[in-house]
Amino acid sequence: MTRWAMVIDLEKCVACQGCSIACRFENNTPAVSPEQAAQGRAIRWNDVFPLPVNPTEETGEYPNVKARYMTRPCMHCENPPCVKVCPVQATYKDEEGLVRQNYARCIGCRFCTVACPYGVRYFNWYAPQWEDPLAQRLNPDRVEGRGVLEGPAVRPKGVVEKCTFCIHRLAKARARAEAEGRPFRADEYVPACVQTCTGKARYFGDLDDPNSTVAQLEKSPRAFRLLEEVGTHPKVIYLREG
Amino acid sequence: MLAIDARDKDKIVSPLFRTPRAFVLLVLILGALVALGFAAYLRQLILGLGVTAMDRPVYWSTYMVNFVFFIGISHAGTLISAILRVTGAEWRRPITRVAEAITVFALMVGTLQIIIDMGRPDRLPFTLLYGRLQSPILWDIVSVTVYFLSSVTYLYLPLMPDAAILRDNCPPDAPAWQRRLYTLLALGWRGNHEQWVRLEKAIAVLAVLIIPVAVSVHSIISWILATTVQPGWHSTIFGPYFVVGAIFSGIGALFLAMTGVRKALGLESYIGPRQYRNLGLLFIAMNAIWFYFTYAEHLGIATGQQVEEFPVLASKLWGSFAPTFWTMVLMMAAAFWVLVVPQLVPAGATRVPVFRPRLALASAGTAALLFGVIQRTPFTPTLAALDTADATTALWAGVIVMLLLAGLGVAPWLKARPVAATTIAGGLVLAGMWLERWNIIVPTMTHPRLIPYAAYTPSPTEILITVGSLALFALLFVVFFKLFPSVSIWEVAEGRALEAAKGQTVSPAPRPSPAFGRREWGLRK
Repeated sequence: MTRWAMVIDLEKCVACQGCSIACRFENNTPAVSPEQAAQGRAIRWNDVFPLPVNPTEETGEYPNVKARYMTRPCMHCENPPCVKVCPVQATYKDEEGLVRQNYARCIGCRFCTVACPYGVRYFNWYAPQWEDPLAQRLNPDRVEGRGVLEGPAVRPKGVVEKCTFCIHRLAKARARAEAEGRPFRADEYVPACVQTCTGKARYFGDLDDPNSTVAQLEKSPRAFRLLEEVGTHPKVIYLREG
Repeated sequence: MLAIDARDKDKIVSPLFRTPRAFVLLVLILGALVALGFAAYLRQLILGLGVTAMDRPVYWSTYMVNFVFFIGISHAGTLISAILRVTGAEWRRPITRVAEAITVFALMVGTLQIIIDMGRPDRLPFTLLYGRLQSPILWDIVSVTVYFLSSVTYLYLPLMPDAAILRDNCPPDAPAWQRRLYTLLALGWRGNHEQWVRLEKAIAVLAVLIIPVAVSVHSIISWILATTVQPGWHSTIFGPYFVVGAIFSGIGALFLAMTGVRKALGLESYIGPRQYRNLGLLFIAMNAIWFYFTYAEHLGIATGQQVEEFPVLASKLWGSFAPTFWTMVLMMAAAFWVLVVPQLVPAGATRVPVFRPRLALASAGTAALLFGVIQRTPFTPTLAALDTADATTALWAGVIVMLLLAGLGVAPWLKARPVAATTIAGGLVLAGMWLERWNIIVPTMTHPRLIPYAAYTPSPTEILITVGSLALFALLFVVFFKLFPSVSIWEVAEGRALEAAKGQTVSPAPRPSPAFGRREWGLRK
């Protein structure tokens, strides 16, 4: 069985936010007005942010600052707190370990956004809007089926969304392999952020395959996971700086 | 034809067939507030939840606070009336109807808050079609539904004989629809022996069954918060803490409703000092338990100093939530004071100058003034000079002493007016418990783990909807008691019969033993 995982090497990350932008265009996340963004309503499935998030006396003041940058997609936890609380199975973990989000099912109660300790879930406070040239160049990809609407499909207002590890890319890669009549290989698919990463800091693959890059890097002494103490067992693995 | 006492007919039955101008005015005012709230909701529905002040990370706020608050109030009724029935507390008789009505309407308005809070209320049926029983929200749907259905039944069962009484005692000029309503609700009640036996049995069984349901309801609401790993919520005592708070706020709501009904209909001979005193004792006990839980909940966080949890507590103690937190504490302490201290003041205390309302006013004013100096508003250089640790400590001590003096000053006034005192305490606790829900939900939301700390102030939409919800609750209550007797006629009549029977039995006092001299005490040989 495949178990998709991402490794982010913070030593290589230059905090250019290329992953954020690639994600935005790949997944049709709407840009909100500066006022809305200041109010905390910006949607960034793949966020780049300074650590610690709340500056204290210990982090110092410019120019003697002790701050690091962190990049944060959905952790696709093995033990996801969001899935446990969803009342309607709008978010669920599939057999390949991806935590998925069905916009056609979500009732907008925001229990998952409250339960997620990483803050990677976003709510559509208003219906999404794009400026004109952007509105005509949305990514047409989507994962759609009976009562299911996932991936980059434009979200209606009032539902929750989050990073999907570009699930539509996986679906497309699978379909291509099937059309060509050959078995699907794990290295045929990477999310947009991994593809675009300037510093080549991101790796993606199957954690269950001991020969895959991610499985090798997971064994690194530099490897750690975010908020290990909350017991979510994330499948996004970071490699410590230094 | 069911007979009825002349007193009951005059005080309880006849107001149902009169429509005074004050009633119409009250309904119009409440209706206008409800309409405003509804308009605000329609706007939110069309534009999206963006019209609220919620954001990331404050995903839950005022609506959730209202939800917990209203469901808490709902414990007024059924739980209190059920416990009193089961334990055979005779004094419950005139107040059970009011308590049970509070439950039903608070549950309606409380559940409404969740629908208001939903991003996609049109998908509400999904919770039944695709419901996951692992989710605390589903537990909540199940328990609140059971509680609502059993509360409606529990309100209706004792109402059935009353509907029959009304059917038989309608004045000749009563409107036909009203007569038909009572006939329908009486379900052919004739009041024969068999019917009474069945009714009493049904009420007795329901009263016992409803207690665990009520306890489950507020436990589950607390578990919505406690089952997450968020700092400040992940607590094992949340279940009992919320149940205690719910019963506490429920009694507060009951006091306000009792006094309202008593004043509006002149029911002084029904709802009297006995009800206020006994329920007041329960209220004082709940207040103490509530303080104990609040202290226990915060002590562990304060001493643990965990990096994620402690900022939540710090924000309440001296940060951005200090105003709401300390207002809550002050209100609860004041409610305790108002009920307890006047009882301790001796009768002749009014001769001592401290125990004068005038002095209380002056002390409260001084306290406010000193508080203003601490806050340094308006800011002057003289006040800035007081910005030392010693001066601040002295000022705070002054505020506390002045507040205590004010409390002593009003004590005799409160002692002379037990009903007013209890109602004031009820109002204080009701407001304090709303703030308590706020202090539990919002600080955790604004202090998440990997998102910068945020601030939250409710938007006009949220304020309008909150006011509209409170008005809707009051409106439902007022209209219900325009149609149905606010005091259970048959239960009060039954109580009178029991009292009369008790009055005839004379129980002999135990014979006193002969007096002992000091010799018998063994003190002197």
